[in-house]
Amino acid sequence: MGEILNISLIWSAVRLSTPLVLAALGGMFAERAGVINIALEGMMLAGAFTAAAVTYTTGSPWIGLTAGVAAGLAIAWVHAVASIRYRADQVVTGTAINILMIGVPGFLSGALFLSSGSTPQIPKEHLVPWTPIVMAFAAVPISWYVLYRTPFGLRLRAVGENPEAADAAGIRVAAVRYIGVLLSGAFAALGGAYLSIGQSSLFTRNMTSGRGFIALAALIFGKWRPVQTMFACLFFGFTEAITIRMQGVVKLPSGEDIPVQFIQMVPYLLTIVVLAGFIGHSRPPRALGRPYQKER
Amino acid sequence: MFFPVVAVLAAFLVGGVFILAIGESPLQTYSLLIGSALWWPDGIGYTLFLATPLIFTGLAVSVAFRAGLLNIGAEGQLYVAAFATAWVGIVFANLPAAVLVPLCCTAAVAAGAMWGAIPGILKARFGSHEVINTIMLNFIAVAFVSYLTQYHYRTPGDAILETAPIGANAHIPRLARFIPGFPERIPLNVAFLLALVCCALVYFFLWHTKWGYELRATGSNPSAAEYGGISIRRQIVLAMAISGGLAGMVGINEVLGYRHRYYDGFSDNYGFTGIAVALLGRNHPVGVVLAALLFAVLTRGGVPVDAFTQHVTKDIVQILQATIILFVAAEALFREGLRRWVKF
Repeated sequence: MGEILNISLIWSAVRLSTPLVLAALGGMFAERAGVINIALEGMMLAGAFTAAAVTYTTGSPWIGLTAGVAAGLAIAWVHAVASIRYRADQVVTGTAINILMIGVPGFLSGALFLSSGSTPQIPKEHLVPWTPIVMAFAAVPISWYVLYRTPFGLRLRAVGENPEAADAAGIRVAAVRYIGVLLSGAFAALGGAYLSIGQSSLFTRNMTSGRGFIALAALIFGKWRPVQTMFACLFFGFTEAITIRMQGVVKLPSGEDIPVQFIQMVPYLLTIVVLAGFIGHSRPPRALGRPYQKER
Repeated sequence: MFFPVVAVLAAFLVGGVFILAIGESPLQTYSLLIGSALWWPDGIGYTLFLATPLIFTGLAVSVAFRAGLLNIGAEGQLYVAAFATAWVGIVFANLPAAVLVPLCCTAAVAAGAMWGAIPGILKARFGSHEVINTIMLNFIAVAFVSYLTQYHYRTPGDAILETAPIGANAHIPRLARFIPGFPERIPLNVAFLLALVCCALVYFFLWHTKWGYELRATGSNPSAAEYGGISIRRQIVLAMAISGGLAGMVGINEVLGYRHRYYDGFSDNYGFTGIAVALLGRNHPVGVVLAALLFAVLTRGGVPVDAFTQHVTKDIVQILQATIILFVAAEALFREGLRRWVKF
């Protein structure tokens, strides 16, 4: 066991939780404003693909990161328009965006790079292995401050809890929700960009492989609060790090591998347990998922 | 009927913009896509084969939706069910077909219903939202079934993650056996007919039985239903179980009719496409069949598009699917547009 639990494990847990922290914080801004965002996965993919493609083409990871965030904003805007302006079911819209973002990167990479869904390798000197990690963990206290100590944070929470009252108090519900959803797109895309031009050196088909949903799980596990959510992400990143380390190393007394599938299930099982209220109750924002229509 | 058709046309327009953007001809691509999917016999045969799981998942999502629930978990339900189907087909391989086939089918429905009932119970008992729980259960199902396949039911030495084959008595016939001139290689099988029967049954259940009435009442006005003496909690569990059972029938098509084993990761997002199918089909069995056929045409037609155009890949299918969902979900877009246009 000693060769597995050490400093480098903690370090890889931090690296693996970075995309989760970014996406989960993004999800927090949307959901605290009352808009369900199960499209985090798709937004991450948008960021990952765009960042990799642009970094490869321009040779600058900074332009790549910016472009990735812009792509996240664009996708988030689609989610916002459909679910706020046209009051579409937010879960359905989110599902559509996730499907869309399986297709679009494949489609574009086929045309741009004549590949079947991945970008070419990006040279090592054009990668950003550190900055996104710093950004992610710096974003936690900033998000906390914004959410609990600024007028904007108060408005955001108000439209997510009780849009009618917020409206009566003169808050523009739709505008605040738009900002929440757009922030979620920017954050999630940054998390995705870190996957493609930070952790690895190219975009591959469906490279997020469910991380958007783990981020969602962390958000619920963290009770829609920034600091708790970060700890949830670290915990899930830690389980992922262990899963990677254990493969083929640790054996059961009977000499068999410990099935990785059981460790993979942990975040999802915990989410169900926490939602059901077995370990402390996790209560969603009261108006979550409810489109708001101004009374005439 | 009007708005779904408008949504589909609008989605094709958006897809056309994508195709134009990479310098190809939308008209050529679309005619290749649709033409090849409707070609006799391979096009139609495969299209109907691909429509089969989508009818099941579309019905599954519809039934839950009628009860006011969003079942994002059809994907997990069908995985668990397909494995259960294969498990019965392997373990009881020596039973006669007349016993084994119904037994396998029962296993598919029961496993799907059980997996579907879990989020139902969690909602009824603890009030936790079925959307989150079904998403989480999807991942748990995939991991769980992949564990069972990898560690317990794989043929030793097989490089592919799949179980040993089921007994020959558990196979269900391909439709080629009944249609002269229809080649045996096309995997379209009697599960397709079962899917159509299920549509009729769901229709009958929802609109012509007391249970179906209670289920719909729960969906359209829960507090009134409760006041009228309907147990909302029971309806939630029941609706999710029925929904899961319907999704589970995908296992019959996949395992008994097609691969004759459980193949890890077989589902081409059937559960999620089922949401699109239900939405586009307005949660009505007839609409579900039509929508499933449309999505099957797209999936089937995507294959030649991938092969015979310069740059368009089959990813265009996902783009079209997603855009259709977006437009159907944001129907208000067209309603407002129409209202404005009529005013002039």
